[in-house]
Amino acid sequence: MGKTANTSVRDLLFGDLWDYAPAPESRDHLTIHERYGHFIDGKFVEGEDHFPSINPATEEQLFEVASADEATVDLAVKAARKAYDKVWGKMPGSERAKYLYRIARMIQEKARALAVAESLDGGKPIKESRDVDIPLAAAHFFYYAGWADKLEYALPGASPSPIGVAGQIIPWNFPLLMAAWKIAPALAAGNTIVIKPAETTPLTAMMLAEIIQEADLPPGVVNIVNGAGQTGAAIVNHPDIDKIAFTGSTDVGKIIQRALAGSRKKLTLELGGKGANIIFDDASLDQAVEGIINGIFFNQGHVCCAGSRLLVQENIADELMHKLRHRVSTLIVGDPLDKNTDVGAINSREQLLRIQELVAAGKDEGAQIFQPSSPLPEKGFFFKPTVFTEVTPSHRIAREEIFGPVLSVLTFRTPEEAIEKANNTPYGLACGVWTDKGSRLFRVANALKCGIVWGNTYNRFDPTSPFGGYKESGFGREGGLHGLLPYLEVR
Amino acid sequence: MAKSTPTRLRVLKTFKLYIGGAFPRTESGRFLQEHNPKGQLVANFCRASRKDLRNSVVAARKAQPGWAGRTPFNRAQILYRMAEVLESRRESFESALAERAGIKSADAQAEVDAAIDRLVWYAGWADKFVQIMGTTNPVASPHFNITSPEPTGVVTAFAPRSAPLLGLITAIAPVIVSGNALVLVVENEHPSIAIDLAEVFHCSDLPGGVVNILTGLREELVPHAAKHMDIDAIATFDATDEERRLIALEAAESVKRVHNFESPAKHDWAQASAQSPYNILPFVEFKTAWHPIESGAAMGAKY
Repeated sequence: MGKTANTSVRDLLFGDLWDYAPAPESRDHLTIHERYGHFIDGKFVEGEDHFPSINPATEEQLFEVASADEATVDLAVKAARKAYDKVWGKMPGSERAKYLYRIARMIQEKARALAVAESLDGGKPIKESRDVDIPLAAAHFFYYAGWADKLEYALPGASPSPIGVAGQIIPWNFPLLMAAWKIAPALAAGNTIVIKPAETTPLTAMMLAEIIQEADLPPGVVNIVNGAGQTGAAIVNHPDIDKIAFTGSTDVGKIIQRALAGSRKKLTLELGGKGANIIFDDASLDQAVEGIINGIFFNQGHVCCAGSRLLVQENIADELMHKLRHRVSTLIVGDPLDKNTDVGAINSREQLLRIQELVAAGKDEGAQIFQPSSPLPEKGFFFKPTVFTEVTPSHRIAREEIFGPVLSVLTFRTPEEAIEKANNTPYGLACGVWTDKGSRLFRVANALKCGIVWGNTYNRFDPTSPFGGYKESGFGREGGLHGLLPYLEVR
Repeated sequence: MAKSTPTRLRVLKTFKLYIGGAFPRTESGRFLQEHNPKGQLVANFCRASRKDLRNSVVAARKAQPGWAGRTPFNRAQILYRMAEVLESRRESFESALAERAGIKSADAQAEVDAAIDRLVWYAGWADKFVQIMGTTNPVASPHFNITSPEPTGVVTAFAPRSAPLLGLITAIAPVIVSGNALVLVVENEHPSIAIDLAEVFHCSDLPGGVVNILTGLREELVPHAAKHMDIDAIATFDATDEERRLIALEAAESVKRVHNFESPAKHDWAQASAQSPYNILPFVEFKTAWHPIESGAAMGAKY
């Protein structure tokens, strides 16, 4: 692939003659408590073993949060069981629906505060939390609210019934959105919940707890316990939980699948990915470049369905890479609260180290690295948008999920080779296909072993659209009609 | 052994395995014995080994893309053809159920009836469950969005311990109707009937390798199936807690899908409640595809 892309024409880059003035979103309407505990049986409790939660963009402490032990998890499960038996499991679907509609509306009412909280706590650009995370979270509640009294129409002939108490464990990359993905379908189906937010991003979940309280949701229907892996293990291993839903890494997913061995708990897993974004030579290259950027740099690449492997047809590789490097150079990396920021902070030091390790491995294994020259903020966890070329399928950066703003570029000559390379991974979450030819798009989409295929687009999400993986990317679907299935007994 | 008339010695059948559309003996050379309820020997049959299982998975993997690539209409016709051929050999199965399993004649007839009818019922789902289980998703953006089921791939099923014919059909049909390939492990009182059934499949236009049948011991084969990295899903009937534990423990390494069915009570096997399109679901993956819709405004449209 051409390292000497066309440089004879001078590129006009935003920011090479002047800088954007800072445009920070104000945070004065957001109240963050010094300390967060848990939300159990409709009440906020102080909790135990508090640890600091930091702003990844400044490394300053935002608040302290509790870490639930087995006894606390047990209280939460008891509250959920009681609420299921006495209230929620018996409530008509039409009444459950109205609670969910209420929650959806209150998320919309508090959207600005939630967006600021999400960016402060997790490091994602405010334009993404404002335009994607929070509106989609509200939309998920709104969508599933309508299912609560229509379940018999969702699954013809199935006489669906709820499962009971669901234990849910969610990741740090889309904190409120993942909470909505888990909570909304479970409640619509008539289950009660014990949910654990990620330990680095509990803030919006605790704000959701306030909304749930204000919405007068019966106590115990949703219980939120904070903590890290040990708290998660206490949920997974609790004998009175009927179903576990986990979103996170494939490694932890496998641990959970093993942990449930011998129990009768139901399980759904939404795990990692190594998505291929395939660009054929007839694709609209300018649109494809935007799709590639969105595919890998959206949310700093902290996206399980990220298009982290770019497969480019060989005859257009030079031209595409020239356009792509140019576009990457215009990305603004910095303050997540700044409305012009494209790439925010890496979620945690731990994740930054993981990205650095894999990027070093990419260099060691002989791939060529490209990073824009603009400097990074001095404080906080940041990583430059990175594009590796001359990557082979055996490189670690082509096989392992990096979960950061790092793209690995490979080439292909024929559709067969593209399909083969795209499927050559234990993962199977999402792929992109860019071509102007409809029949080729359908053929390749059919042949890809993954749960989502984005044709001439990438990283689109919607509450009506099922999401989930093939192979080691997990099983079960979230979103859409299919998102109800994991929360219903079907006869 | 089976009855002979005074003047003629009856020819007995050697019950072998069914792998990749062929009937090999177990590579291990081992055998087990099947008896009728009176305790009389009715057959020697193969005790399949780990190697037989691995060979079956290779055959299934090879056959699966072609089977999934058949049109649903064609898969429906082939399942229906299996029913036709079973119907044409029904007396043979009735007498096998009666002679080997000691099932009363009327009950044997009823089991064969139900087995044929169940095949016909699932045959009809081949080109319909996609319509019932697939969706068009009205996303809040200018995109066309559909969700459709696809077969998971290679499935290993541990057959019911009862209903020596109908139990097999109940296990096989919902797995293969969507385009999966199957390795069926049979341990019950009368596994010879499974090999008779393989002969039906063999002349029903079912491509070799789509259904592979191993007779043997679950205890021996469960751990190997659970660990096998090229099996995508495992189905069990009547699994013990220990079997469930073992399978879940090992299946995690490749994130296998595991679905445990309970057999119905003896008299419910033939009931409609023992068949369901929802039994197809554990062995499919849902794929969602998005595509932008061109903006009318950008094209200068007036609508």
